[in-house]
Amino acid sequence: MNQIVEKEFFSENVVKLVVEAPLIAKARKPGNFVILRVSENGERIPLTIAAADETKGTITIIAQKVGVSTEKLAQLEVGDALIDLVGPLGKETDIHNVGTVLACGGGVGVAPLLPIVEGFKKAGNRVISVLAARSKDLIILEDEIRKWSDEVIIMTDDGSHGKKGLVTQGAEEVILREKVNECIVIGPAIMMKFTSLLTKKYNIPTQASLNSMMVDGTGMCGACRVTVGGKTKFTCVDGPEFDAHQIDFDEMMMRLGGYKTEEKIDFEQFMNRS
Amino acid sequence: MTIQSEYLKERRDQEWRAELRNKLKGKERTNLPRVHMPEESPEERVKHQNLEVNTGLSKEQALVEASRCMDCANPTCIEGCPVQINIPEFIKNIEREEFALAAKTLKQTNALPAVCGRVCPQEKQCESKCFYLTKLKKEPVAIGYLERFAADWEQNSGIMDIPECAPKNGKKVATVGSGPSSLSFAGDMIKLGYEVTVFEALHEIGGVLKYGIPEFRLPNKKVDIELDVLKKMGVKFETNFIVGRTASFDQLKEEGYEGFFVGSGAGLPRFMNIPGENNNGILSSNEYLTRVNLMGANNDKNDTLVLKGKNVAVIGGGNTAMDSVRTAKRLGAERAIIVYRRSRVEMPARVEEVKHADEEGIEFMNLANPLEYFADEAGRVNKMRVQMMELGEPDSSGRRRPVPIEGSETDIDVDLVIVAVGVSPNPLIPACLPDLTVSRWGTIEVNDNMQSSIPVLFAGGDIVRGGATVILAMGDGRNAAKSMHEYLMTINK
Repeated sequence: MNQIVEKEFFSENVVKLVVEAPLIAKARKPGNFVILRVSENGERIPLTIAAADETKGTITIIAQKVGVSTEKLAQLEVGDALIDLVGPLGKETDIHNVGTVLACGGGVGVAPLLPIVEGFKKAGNRVISVLAARSKDLIILEDEIRKWSDEVIIMTDDGSHGKKGLVTQGAEEVILREKVNECIVIGPAIMMKFTSLLTKKYNIPTQASLNSMMVDGTGMCGACRVTVGGKTKFTCVDGPEFDAHQIDFDEMMMRLGGYKTEEKIDFEQFMNRS
Repeated sequence: MTIQSEYLKERRDQEWRAELRNKLKGKERTNLPRVHMPEESPEERVKHQNLEVNTGLSKEQALVEASRCMDCANPTCIEGCPVQINIPEFIKNIEREEFALAAKTLKQTNALPAVCGRVCPQEKQCESKCFYLTKLKKEPVAIGYLERFAADWEQNSGIMDIPECAPKNGKKVATVGSGPSSLSFAGDMIKLGYEVTVFEALHEIGGVLKYGIPEFRLPNKKVDIELDVLKKMGVKFETNFIVGRTASFDQLKEEGYEGFFVGSGAGLPRFMNIPGENNNGILSSNEYLTRVNLMGANNDKNDTLVLKGKNVAVIGGGNTAMDSVRTAKRLGAERAIIVYRRSRVEMPARVEEVKHADEEGIEFMNLANPLEYFADEAGRVNKMRVQMMELGEPDSSGRRRPVPIEGSETDIDVDLVIVAVGVSPNPLIPACLPDLTVSRWGTIEVNDNMQSSIPVLFAGGDIVRGGATVILAMGDGRNAAKSMHEYLMTINK
């Protein structure tokens, strides 16, 4: 159970794992996530499902090394198994035919974006994807996104791939050029905040998928709470996607830093040990 | 005479019980004082998250306490027990030093005696109906301590009796969740001959017994031994499985499951919706206790972290609040304060928990209600504003309603706040079943037989009650097992 059947590093810190999980592969919908534990003493890590193969009974997850737990995850090899894997969790993305969809992905946020892009395309929409990262090697899943997009715009901070600039510049170019009916944005909080501000300016309904901190992921702990439209919501059961124009991104970013000091100490200790 | 009372009479008429009753005069029994539970010293126990506070009765203490029980012809204590333990029989077995038989008696109707002997509010259940209390106005027989004694004796003996099960009837049933209500249901259904699978969303079996109740009150290994008995009886356990998500109810029906018991518990933690409550360092008791109890965040060998505080405020007055504040003390808090809007006597926590907290140096700020939280530049809470209250007229719960005192606001320094003001039902299951009738609070509606609007689906525990105790949940599990058995036997005729 939960065996890793394929592993690939997209860049030094971003790893793709294909994991045996037949029930989840069958049940998952775009927007869903899983919670996994690497080993007996491990944390519960929430990760969005990037893809699934129902016939092979596998799911694909993509993780970025940001601390002890993701470091340990990235150290697993093909043939190793995750000690725990549960899902699918979270509400599925509301996918329907709206016309033209602008899909913006930043960094590893492109992973959860992939099944959503696929879903919107299959629902008959025109899909324009804007992928952004600091540099060329951090752009992931470009080919897969291309497969389900009518057009892909690549933006890098250093101009090493596609155009030089931020995701918002790529997105605004599209908005000014043609009618966009809906936008979906997934990436770092700051990127989602500014993309949301942009689409608000143009009055385009926008969904953002949040990567809040979680412990159980089933609605029990409340660690993932976020303010949406002035009300407290739980990302794990009410989300992970919310109306981006209603999200309090500043509070969300503040909450993501809630364990910064503790995590830093923990990570240093881990790196010194290993 | 009901079947139950006939059965109890028959058991009471056994020769050994009659002989034992005549061994001592009534006065010799009633003149004995109630035993005190031995405890670790407060100074020692606050240093260890995993050191059990109550250390359990010695054999000598248990024998004396068991001899207090009058073996009443009309054992009213059993009426107070949601799982209908044959209380006089197990106590009399202790008195005649047949400890294994005492444990066996417990396990006839209670799948988790070592758990219940520790966390049941016996003072509100069996002991509140004890002859000593109701007729003699004396302290009741310490039924809970004796239950724990018998269960622990068996666990320590290394030989666990495995209750007998009826021959398999070829029917499969499932539980959703693995907390006390589901385990109680599973224990009864396996005895009746069903194949039982317990599905649990988390990576550990036990529900609130594992993630909620701290080790200093209920050691995990005690729970594990009782789970092992269920395993040996044939109950299958599936962790990391969310019924309705990992596989749908329909898929499970196709796999042959004919009945479902939903004991998914009270999921969502409640917050007060006051300004600043989403600051860092303010967390639900569920999160705090899960990080420590389930994930072992108090131990460096585990990767999960937990925020530590010097000045910790816990909001609420229930058992969960006590568990949280005592955990905070053990994790090094200099000040660990209960902030509760009513007075101390209205606190819903067990008297024993409040006493233990008091001994451990927990501060009680009663008649105080948080109004707002303030944070430092990084967003970490550093201050809370509380308003002092006074008690007014009784409200619907019969307790006097707390009324704010104008101009009484005070600020206190805090760097960690645990909110323990209750929980709402877990929405995961109702969200998967559109035909399921739920109340406006999100609890599953059931009839007297614990049956929901979907006939094959029964429910109990906090998902029905909204927030109750381990033993009430276990009572629900037993009732649901009985009803589901009757139901499945009827529809298959």
